[in-house]
Order: sequence, then structure tokens, then C-alpha cells
Amino acid sequence: MPFVPHTKTDERVMLDAIGVGSIEALFDEIPAELRNGQLVETPTGLSEMSMLRVMSERANQDVIGLSFLGAGAYEHHIPSAVWDLASRGEFLTAYTPYQAEASQGTLQLIYEFQTMMCRLTAMDVSNASVYDGATAMAEAILMAVRANKKSKSKRLLCAGNIHPHYLEACRSIVSNQNIEFEVIPYRDDTGTLDLEYLDTRLSEDFAAMVIAYPNFFGGLEEVDHLTDWAHENSMLVVGVVNPMALGILGPPGEWGEQGADIVVGEAQPFGIPIASGGPYLGYMCCKKTIVRQMPGRIIGRTIDLDGREGFALTLQAREQHIRRAKATSNICTNQGLLVTAATIYLSLLGDNGIHAVASRCHTNMMLLLDKLTQIPGVRLRFDGPVFHEAVVQLPTSAKTILQKVAAENILGGYDLVEVDEGLSDCMLCCVTETKNDEDLSVLTSALAKAIGGHSADL
Amino acid sequence: MLIFEMGSEGRNATAQFEEPTEVSDIPARHLRGCRAGLPEVSELQVVRHFTNLSKKNFSIDGQFYPLGSCTMKYNPRGAHRAASLPGFLNRHPLAPEQFSQGFMACLFELQEYLKDVTGMQAVSLTPMAGAQGEFAGVAMIRAYHDSQADSARSEILIPSAAHGTNPATAVMCGYTVREIPVTSDGDVDIDALKGAVGPQTAGLMMTNPSTCGVFDRRIQEIADIVHGVGGLLYYDGANLNAILGKVKPGDMGFDVLHMNLHKTFATPHGGGGPGSGPVGVNDRLSPFVPTPVVQRRDDGTYFWADRDQLPLSIGRLSAFMGNAGILLRAYAYARLLGREGIHRVGEYATLNANYMAARLAEAGFQLAYPNRRATHEFIVTLAKEAKELNVTAMDVAKRLLDYGYHAPTTYFPLLIAECLLIEPTETESREEIDGFVDAMISILEEAHRTPELVSAAPHTMPVKRLDDVKAARDLDLAFEGS
Repeated sequence: MPFVPHTKTDERVMLDAIGVGSIEALFDEIPAELRNGQLVETPTGLSEMSMLRVMSERANQDVIGLSFLGAGAYEHHIPSAVWDLASRGEFLTAYTPYQAEASQGTLQLIYEFQTMMCRLTAMDVSNASVYDGATAMAEAILMAVRANKKSKSKRLLCAGNIHPHYLEACRSIVSNQNIEFEVIPYRDDTGTLDLEYLDTRLSEDFAAMVIAYPNFFGGLEEVDHLTDWAHENSMLVVGVVNPMALGILGPPGEWGEQGADIVVGEAQPFGIPIASGGPYLGYMCCKKTIVRQMPGRIIGRTIDLDGREGFALTLQAREQHIRRAKATSNICTNQGLLVTAATIYLSLLGDNGIHAVASRCHTNMMLLLDKLTQIPGVRLRFDGPVFHEAVVQLPTSAKTILQKVAAENILGGYDLVEVDEGLSDCMLCCVTETKNDEDLSVLTSALAKAIGGHSADL
Repeated sequence: MLIFEMGSEGRNATAQFEEPTEVSDIPARHLRGCRAGLPEVSELQVVRHFTNLSKKNFSIDGQFYPLGSCTMKYNPRGAHRAASLPGFLNRHPLAPEQFSQGFMACLFELQEYLKDVTGMQAVSLTPMAGAQGEFAGVAMIRAYHDSQADSARSEILIPSAAHGTNPATAVMCGYTVREIPVTSDGDVDIDALKGAVGPQTAGLMMTNPSTCGVFDRRIQEIADIVHGVGGLLYYDGANLNAILGKVKPGDMGFDVLHMNLHKTFATPHGGGGPGSGPVGVNDRLSPFVPTPVVQRRDDGTYFWADRDQLPLSIGRLSAFMGNAGILLRAYAYARLLGREGIHRVGEYATLNANYMAARLAEAGFQLAYPNRRATHEFIVTLAKEAKELNVTAMDVAKRLLDYGYHAPTTYFPLLIAECLLIEPTETESREEIDGFVDAMISILEEAHRTPELVSAAPHTMPVKRLDDVKAARDLDLAFEGS
């Protein structure tokens, strides 16, 4: 069988050393009636060549031409060096760095990652990642409830324009701890949070406010106002932030007078393929004052016996393998390999690169909106600034139109009927730096054709 | 040297991005005022820096890595390549069904194989690591009891040898934890269990084989006791490799389990993830599995079953479909091994562990459970050496690094003093195991002759032992220089 190196001789020598006659004898402590692991549904094995043939056929089935889908998973250029380096066996096949002396590569890399995330977000501390953006938000909520010493409440104010899947995952994860969400509605004209609504909740006690930036519709919230309002009312502020946007947008550590308290999100845009939704990389940053409530691995810089600089897991007294039932979270394995990719990505881009990529995403989005809104019946659904996504309103149901352009091998956007029945004629479009003017024209023509207008001169 | 310290202002890997554009239509109050302070280095500097960092890691590719309970077996390159095919890498998670049939076919078949391997009736692939699988499992136990209007059950029972994630998970699901002791031969203490169960019992979380490296022989009796009071049984699949193709957890009486695909199905650990922790359940719990799940229509096409099809589901646990790429690697691994290969995994993992245990015992090492069969792993206790020679399990672990072997798991499970939990896996050859045993023998000799050599180890790594106290006291979690 593949990957088992034993020869008949090996087997004989080893069984003799143990003092048994057969491998089956090694299972003699297991009750005989249980020893029936016979597989029936699993097919017989394949060579690597045949397996790759099966999987190539499957992979080829799913190839699409042009995609303007975003909604939490973003297509960016991935420099060749990112996965060439991340796929080195020394990164790929190492375990969690428990033996620090034999894991300095991964440990230093995570320390560099933590530094980069702190600098991008203008926060004090970062952990070594959690599973994805949605679980990062769930962990941030649990952390905020633990960390808010001014409030005993287990209720939260949560942006109603956050990614609906994030909200659903958070409900699944935190509901067993009796944490409740109060959803802040968004305005029909801007898609941003209704600030007037907040004043109707003034008399109530909430542990935290969760803000999405950009929000699910791509729009930019009045984060300074929201942050100050929440702090005035003894809430912690949790920002759920696309870190790529921070190439052009102000960091959450500078929101309002005091900045956000916890900042989390999906770092997939940093060198990680969209790959059906994972593995991605949830990042998590916070103020230094609440670091002991942070879940997950944290790497610290220290010295060795000879006074040399070195890196180690630290603050482990928060974690499940030490604290067991009293841990801040049950998280153990996180997303180390994706941290590796993101760290290499950010090293290659630097400040100039991330600014360039973020600005080009935004500019391309504005170019696309110019083109699309020239199609009769097509308009921008919400007013206000956006980053690289926006809600486009169509003259008829988005489902019909999207199906028509899909027939031309184009994914035009995300059908917002999935989120809000009232937005059934709307789609969420995303453009990144990977698209050129011709791509934008191809989508525009396809949409115009699907809508039934004239595609000429666009 | 940190990457931040090797840069120069204005230097970049300029091939990786095009000129920035003017951002004129976002109000100034939203815009970033000053640079973040990311590295300013060339592409070659990046490549060299991370290549050199990688060389400071032990890994399966480089070293024998017998880390107990972590199943560090060979991660086939072919599986990595298959999951990296462009059609898979470029598929958007929200792509419509007609652009997802290839991906969904792989996932559907993987669900079937995992049911086959575990003896369960339904599988959900979404949990992104073992701990999230545990969470899903215990949340389903809670949802089940709630659906029976049986909400007074408040307690989860956990043997003292369990992984730390078990109690942490039970608490995340709103339960209190009661520990059940383990007897001196490594099995769950049946009398203690009988005394602990009652109408408050929601369930029992158990690893079998346990982290003691033995198979609990009275598992059927344990299942009867817990079921007898209306509780459910949760199987922590951390040690599934030991019984893969030999015994099915469903046959042992478990109602729900998670599998660690990054262990049992050979997907790479990546220096701390990604993992993947699918859950399997019997019919009783199948309405509650986390969404989305792949289902097949009569016409052979696949679709995502969501809340509409599974209204009692505990819900979504990730933004999309869990660690999809890891699922593809596990699927490729299952195709490479096939039925006949999977049958032999547990056999050769067990052969290797028992051989290594026998050789170490012969060389004078004390096994924690000398009268038991080892499963895929076993425990050596160095309590005697620690007392007589002042050489601890940690010292031996560190000295192994100098011999070119990754250390076994140290000081876990907590109930065995000065322990090393050793798991060779089925992909290691007899020569590799002999080499490790020889190193252990040599270290034992050193411990007698020159104990300071062992207690000051490692000597050949990039750093010596690190000051953990300083790390926690003078917190330096992000570089503040430029």
C-alpha cells in the first residue's frame, strides 16, 4: 500500500521483537465483536497518476471565465514567491511550534505577522490567527463580553450590514453561552448603519458594538462617530475589517477618540487563493490592556540561556492545553500555513504595494460603476463612498440577469435576495486590481445584453 | 534578523504591483493618514529571508516527528498538488451550483468514505479543526436534548486523560465539566463513572484509544452506562489513526464524533494549521449537523443542503465551507489509499508503536502501562530518572533535538509523571524507528555519565532553551523599531 514502507522481513523482525505471531494479535485487547472495520463504500486505491486524472477532471468542471464575486472572498494577484515559499516542507509539514528551539522559523514568522497586523490596524497586539473571518468575529464577541469590566451584559449591538454568514456563524458559536445580538438596522438610502436608531437604545446595557468596515455592501461607516458613541455608553468596539482596505483607509486603532478595542477579520486577501472558501485566515488584534482575554496562540520575543534573541509561545495560561475548562477558548490548531502566506505577501508588497493594490481595487470599482450605470435601468442602490464592492440595482430580478450572464461564463456578482428579500433586484459586485478595462467592458456588455438594452458604445 | 530590520526606505518588490491610482471620491476622514510600517525589501530579500527561516524548523519532511497524539505521518505531495489544481484554487465559494459540481462531487464522496470509516450515518465537513469539530459535536448533543424537551442536563463527563480541548469545548457549549478518573491500567474507572452519571448527564466525551495509548476494553459497558441515563457519547477522533480500518466508533456505541483530517488523513499541519475536523453522527443526531452539507439529487447533480433542508441544524460554523482545500487533500489521500490501504493504516501504526515500545522497554525504559498492548502510541515515564539523575522528560525531549529527532509530546497526559507520549505512525520505516531507539539509549547513557549534557540540551539548535518567564513578563508581541 502507499506510504507504508514495511517489507515482509521488517514485519517478521518487528513481530518477533514484540513477541507476537501476527499484526492481528496486537489488537487482542479490543473486544472481538468490535473488530469489524471492514470498508464497503470506499473504492480501491489509485496510483498518483490516476488520482490526479480523476481530480483534474473534477477541477476542470468548475473553471469559470470572469468573476465579479466578492462577498467575503476576494481575488487578488498572488505573487509567485508566496506559495513557492509557503509550500516548502519545513513550513508545510511542521506541527504547532511547541518545541521552540526546533521551530524558530515558524515562531519568528508569526512574530513578524503579528507586527504587520498591529501596524496595519494601528492596534497593540495580534494573535497568531483563528480559523476565518467569521470565527474571528465570534471569538471577538466572546472576548469583549469577558473583557468589558464596565458592563455585566451578555448582549451586543451588531451591525445589520455585516456579512450574513458571519452573523449566522457567530450565532451558532456563541448562543450556547446565552449571548444575545441586537441588530442595528441599516439605512435604506446609504446601506450604512442608522445612527438615529442607536439613540433609541441609549438606556440599555450592552457589552460591545460590532461594526463592519467596509460593510457587507462595500460601504464605509461613520466609524469615528460609532466608536465614540459606543465608548460613551460603556461598550467595547469590535471592528470587523477587511485588512486590504487599510491600504487606503484609516486604521481602526485610530477610530474616534480612543480607537477600536478589538479588530478582527478575514486576511484571505493577503496571498491566499479563494479556493472554495478555505483554508483562510482569521486575524485578531486588540489593545494591550485586554490581551489576557485574547484567545489562541500568541508569540513573544524573548532571550535564550545565552542571551540570544529567540521566539516562543507565550501567555499560554489562557489556553486550553493549560487551563482546560477555564481557557479563553477551545481553539488549538489555527491557520499557521496561511499566516505564512500572508506574511510573505505583506513583505513583498510593503506599504507602497498595499496602497497601490487597494487604490487600484477602488479605482477599478469606480470605473465599473461608471460603465454599469450607463445601462438603462441600472443604478447604484446606495449612496456614499465604497471600497471595492458596491450594490448594483437592476431593472429586474438579479437572479434572472445573473443566470443569463453565467451562461456566457461570467459571474456578475452576488444575488442579494440571499440577504434581504427587498434587495431581490440587486447584486453585490466586486472588482479588484486583477481586472482590466476590457474585463469591465465584457461584464458591462453581457449585462446590457441580458437586460435587453443596447450594448453598443459602452 | 527581523524582516523589518533589513529594509531600506522606498525599496519594494516592484514586480508585484502596478502604480497606485488617485483616490479622489472617498472623504478624507476615511483615508489613511500615514504609512503602516510594513517591510521595505526586495523580492530576493523576501525569498532569502523566508527560505532561511524555514531552515530553522523541524518538519515531517526533514525529521522523524513522533509527536504523540498528533499523528505526524507523511503528507503525500500528490494530495497537495491535487488540491492546488487551478480549477479548485480559483473556484469562488459562492459560485453557483453549475460551476461547483466537480468540487461538490469530491466532497460528497469524502462524506461517504468518512461514514464508511467511522460507522456513522451522516457527516458534515464544515468544522475547521478538531476543536471546532468538538464544538459542533457537543452543540449537537445539546440541540438533541433540547429537542427532546430535556434541557435540565447540565454536565459533560470527561476522563482525566482527555485533551484540554474537551473541557474547554464543553464550557463553550454552556455545560459544566465533571472529570472521571482513569484506573492504574489506563481504562476509565467504571465505578467512578457509575457514581457520576445521572439525570444531569448530557454526555461523555472520550478518546478511544485514549491518550494513555491504550484501548479502553470496557467501552461497550461505558456506552451502556451513559446511554442508560439518557446521555450521549462523544468520540474525540484524535486517535482514530490507531483503529482506522479495524474498528468503527459507531460500533463501539458512540453517537457523535469528530475526525482530525490533518492527522488521520495526512493533510499537512502547516506549522499550526490549517486543520479540518468533520463530524459524524448516528441517525439520532443527523437532523442537527452543521451546515452546509453536500447532497445529491436523483439526477446525480449535487447541491448545498442548508437551513432549508436541515431546519434543526446547529447552523453555520464558518463563513463558507470550512477548510475546503484540506477536504480536497483528504479526499485525494483516501483515493490514493483506497479501501485496502486504509485497512492497513491502523495495523502498521500499531505495529510500529508496539515495536518501538518493546525495544525501549528492553533497553531499560519504563513504560507507563507495561502490561497493556500499545495502540498507535505509548507512554514512557522518566520519573525514576528525574528522581535519581535529575534528568527530566523535558531534558530528554530537548536532547533528542540534538540527535535530529523531533521530541515526543511531553508532560501529556497530565496524569503520568515525567512522561513522553510517543507516536511513530505507519509511514516510518523500521530503520527510522531503530535510529530513534538508539538515540534514546544513548541519551539514557548520557544521563548517567554526563547528566548536565542532557539537562542543558539542546546544544545544536538555532537557540538554546528560551526564557519563557521573561516572554510572559516583559511582553514583546510586536516589533516596535523601524
